[in-house]
Amino acid sequence: MAYNQYILVCGGTACMSSKADDIYSNILDELDRVGAKQDVQVVKTGCFGFCEKGPIVKVLPDEAFYVEVKPEDAKELVAEHVVKGRPVQRLLYHDEDSKENAKIDDISFYQKQVRVVLRNCGFIDPENIEEYIARDGYAALEKVLTEMSGDDVIAELEKSGLRGRGGAGFPTHKKWLFTKQVEDEQKYVVCNADEGDPGAYMDRSVLEGDPHNVLEAMAIAGYTVGATQGYIYIRAEYPLAIRRLQKAIEDATELGLLGTNILGTDFSFGIEIRLGAGAFVCGEETALLASIEGERGMPRPRPPFPAVKGLWDKPTVINNVETWANIPVIITRGGDWFSKIGNGPSKGTKVFALTGKIRNSGLVEVPMGTPLRDIVYNIGGGIPDGKAFKAVQTGGPSGGVITADYIDVPIDFEHLQELGSIMGSGGMIVMDEDDCMLDVAKFYLEFTVEESCGKCAPCRVGGRKLHTILDDISKGKGKPEHLDQIAEIGLAMQRASLCGLGQTAPNPVLSVIRYFREEIEAHITEQHCPAGVCKDLVQYFILPDKCIGCTLCARRCPVNVISGERKQVHEIDQSGCIKCGECFEACKFGAVVRR
Amino acid sequence: MKNISCEINGIEVSVPEGTSIFHAAKEADVKIPALCYHPDLPAWAACGICVSKIEGSSKMMRACATTVQDGMKVITHDSELHQVRKTVIELILSTHPNSCLTCPRNQNCELQRLAAEFGIREIPFEMNVPEMEKDDSTPSIVLDPEKCVKCGRCVNVCQHMQNVWALEFIGRGDDTQMKPAGDIALNETPCIKCGQCSAHCPVGAIYEKDQTREVIRTLRNGKQTSVVQVAPAVRVAVGEAFGYEPGEISTGKLYAALRRLGFDAVFDTNFAADLTIMEEASEFVQRFAKGKGKIPMITTCCPSWVDYMEKYYPEMIPNFSTAKSPQMMMGAMVKSYYAEQIGKKAEEIFHVSIMPCTSKKYEITRDEYMYSSGQKDVDVVLTTRELARMIKSAGIDFAKLEDEKADPALGIYSGAGTIFGATGGVMEAAVRSAYNFVTGKNMARVEFEPVRGLEGVKEAVVDIEGTDVRVAVAHQMGNAAEVMNRIKAAEEAGEEPPWHFVEIMACRGGCIGGGGQPYGATDEVRTKRIAGIYADDEQSVARCSHDNPQIKAIYEKFLGEPLGEKSHQYLHTHYTARKLYQR
Repeated sequence: MAYNQYILVCGGTACMSSKADDIYSNILDELDRVGAKQDVQVVKTGCFGFCEKGPIVKVLPDEAFYVEVKPEDAKELVAEHVVKGRPVQRLLYHDEDSKENAKIDDISFYQKQVRVVLRNCGFIDPENIEEYIARDGYAALEKVLTEMSGDDVIAELEKSGLRGRGGAGFPTHKKWLFTKQVEDEQKYVVCNADEGDPGAYMDRSVLEGDPHNVLEAMAIAGYTVGATQGYIYIRAEYPLAIRRLQKAIEDATELGLLGTNILGTDFSFGIEIRLGAGAFVCGEETALLASIEGERGMPRPRPPFPAVKGLWDKPTVINNVETWANIPVIITRGGDWFSKIGNGPSKGTKVFALTGKIRNSGLVEVPMGTPLRDIVYNIGGGIPDGKAFKAVQTGGPSGGVITADYIDVPIDFEHLQELGSIMGSGGMIVMDEDDCMLDVAKFYLEFTVEESCGKCAPCRVGGRKLHTILDDISKGKGKPEHLDQIAEIGLAMQRASLCGLGQTAPNPVLSVIRYFREEIEAHITEQHCPAGVCKDLVQYFILPDKCIGCTLCARRCPVNVISGERKQVHEIDQSGCIKCGECFEACKFGAVVRR
Repeated sequence: MKNISCEINGIEVSVPEGTSIFHAAKEADVKIPALCYHPDLPAWAACGICVSKIEGSSKMMRACATTVQDGMKVITHDSELHQVRKTVIELILSTHPNSCLTCPRNQNCELQRLAAEFGIREIPFEMNVPEMEKDDSTPSIVLDPEKCVKCGRCVNVCQHMQNVWALEFIGRGDDTQMKPAGDIALNETPCIKCGQCSAHCPVGAIYEKDQTREVIRTLRNGKQTSVVQVAPAVRVAVGEAFGYEPGEISTGKLYAALRRLGFDAVFDTNFAADLTIMEEASEFVQRFAKGKGKIPMITTCCPSWVDYMEKYYPEMIPNFSTAKSPQMMMGAMVKSYYAEQIGKKAEEIFHVSIMPCTSKKYEITRDEYMYSSGQKDVDVVLTTRELARMIKSAGIDFAKLEDEKADPALGIYSGAGTIFGATGGVMEAAVRSAYNFVTGKNMARVEFEPVRGLEGVKEAVVDIEGTDVRVAVAHQMGNAAEVMNRIKAAEEAGEEPPWHFVEIMACRGGCIGGGGQPYGATDEVRTKRIAGIYADDEQSVARCSHDNPQIKAIYEKFLGEPLGEKSHQYLHTHYTARKLYQR
């Protein structure tokens, strides 16, 4: 059956929470009503990445890109676009600068992106294995099983230069080789889908939008290293991804692409899902393995590395979702092709979750080495409200900041490390002049302190102490010796913590001190927060010469500490002010100032 | 095993493959500081104090958990390592109460020692010591979570060495605590009171329930006749508190010290061990040779093992010897036989026992059979550690004490009685007498080596005039499962039991490694204490319980015969299935 048109409705978690499900069913109903059901195929796809503008609906072959669609728009979409062939102008994406309606290829958000990992997200119905197969799905597995030896696969991976996307960027082929080299009847393949960095959701999107890609990759690894069992460790907070993975496993098994004697060969490989309870530390590979084993999720010392002694002490290949998602396409298109994407020893692409003070937040995939400027300004559309760019934070709670001075630095493993940050899982939070860097560091420490498993002393105690010190500084109780103490504790944590969580937990604060020392010192020596964020260090005043006595601020004040008669100058009673900033936001005359 | 060579701070050492940096460093006479590591346990790698550097690597590695490789060059001490370690210690100190003066581990604390060695004069970081309640719900040990340094030793001992699972890691991050799961009291858990957690705790977070004041007060008021007994394992370990090597036999000084502390009569649990053998070996002969009762028969001298069995293997109760432990037999005899001899009533006697064990504090009230004299047969149990403190606080110069003898009524013992203190000892002593009871003569050579030593489960066969008696010995509670499972598997398969007689002790090495012994027990220390025990056996006049003249006397004068009516009244007990969790 041939269709004239395809309507792709984003089925990622973010769009689903904005009623994409209703949009999907309303479109189907409308098509039915107008009798066009046999001409138009409606597909619920994975994430398009442009989450800022979701829910997203795309119509092919016209390449019409509809944004912020509501369920009640379905009627108009069908009546106008499908029936009359006239795109619904008010729903099309308008480029903010050119103000023109844009097709997807013309949208600056997508222009600089290269989609390798996300190649199927937003194109196929993730719940339909046929659609994955139609886009070369399981061709890599077939190629591997029929034409390649395990060594060939590893050689191809080596050629590609693929490195782990979950953290430190360890060469993937080496991990596989270590496991392959150990002689053991039982080996395992594990997918780390315990995505936990605040704001990061690229793994979820891959699993929701292209689950077979990961399954295929794991089977390839199983064949390569000699494992017959795989586990996907995924946090229970990802119900949609879990459901789609489960269906994908069932469908692939039914078609003989997983299970015993895959594609008629001797190779058998099964995959099971294990749910994590949401502890961040379980993203650390040894803690993750402990959790799969049913133990408390606490890291174990390495070496021995999981590649040699992992799950139930057996050799285990463990990679994160994004790494897995690169494997099949490397096999089908070749390591050479892959290695041409990227910069220096950082090959391929990287998916970032772009958020914060940015116009186009969303998931973006760019070649390694793309300058930060391209990501922030071309793809991200710059900083809203004309504010000044201050920094981006990468690597989440393990990373650091990159300042405006380094906006042209290529984003890859090497350059990020040089700047004192890391790639991490790909969180990228943009900050503008209104962000206090002390507050940013405190936020991340709060997170790591909360998520520390408590096993090793440097992380358990050191993290808490760092947070206490930052909290003191933010409250005007900072002491000159605090900066030395931060350095001392930071060193002990980096050097003596058992796992990556503790070893990298001081990075955000150390990075902030490296690049924004003056701002931090202002908090300590002048009890002043230059960005006006640290509540205890700011005061709100009303300028008598600007106040016209409109009473708006007094009415908005939640604690009623602003007094003044109508048309008279108002005043804030500092003793009761909770520094919520409501008056500051409310005043239309610039009469309320923050100092 | 293959040896490899590596360099520790430039000194070349050769060690077996698989040796950790921590142990390899010892070969170069280098001590790497550590707080969480204990040689009894796999490296937990929590504290971060033992970090060391490996040439060619930018990372600091934990010496406890990193094995040396051939040609590896290790740096264990430099200024950066010193700074990192010192900061970590300061961080730990900032969460630990500064109450060393009143701590049970004062002068004996591994954290205190680290602080002293690193010359820490102030804690640069803000103190953060949340108030927490102690758990003194068991009669044996006290948990003081406020002092816990989260090294994990107690949990790993409880779960992996002992297989008890009373303690667990609770909470996360800096809320992490080591305590019973579900926030219940320790006496509501499967805890068997073995006290191995307290013996392994590096600080004062778990310790024996101190009853020295109660003893001192009663001795001082002098209203009762005070009688004391000393367990076999105490004599080879108490000296450690006074600077002696482990294994040094200080029985004579111990008796003297106890008299100076004011006890009217000083008896020896070894005598009661001989009595236990008379009853237990007779019981075994009855089960084995006469078919009365279940085989294998399993020993019951260890109250932690009894508690464990009642909770985890209640179906094995019929296999348990009904003979009381030596402590409780002594208690019964003191308040009946001895009381009669001196013309006193049971309630006029205050009976204290000195034990290597925290569980013995629990045993004295475990059921009504522990009141066979009509009173508590034993009034108070003090551990070796408590006794050492009492001796010190009484100003007794232990080293200078002249050896004394125990009071003869219940104080003479055979070599078989003294070896109760080591794993395999009860079995060996029982074999010595059972052989005699069956054949009417002593073994040509009384030493029975296959059941000695620190191997977790030991098996042996005794030839009693052509009949093979198969025996097994296990120590360290976690090793009991292997033995129990084999017995149960054989029973379920309808096969002959793998053994006829089984000895099980809860603590590694037996009572010499008890939870109430002086701190610092490692296999090295245990081996020395065990050597002391067998040396005491060899120098004994009588080597078999039935040859102890006072044993003969007590049966003639008071008990009649083993397994007789009076024996059952005073020397035997019963067992009850118990719930793992009390709520």
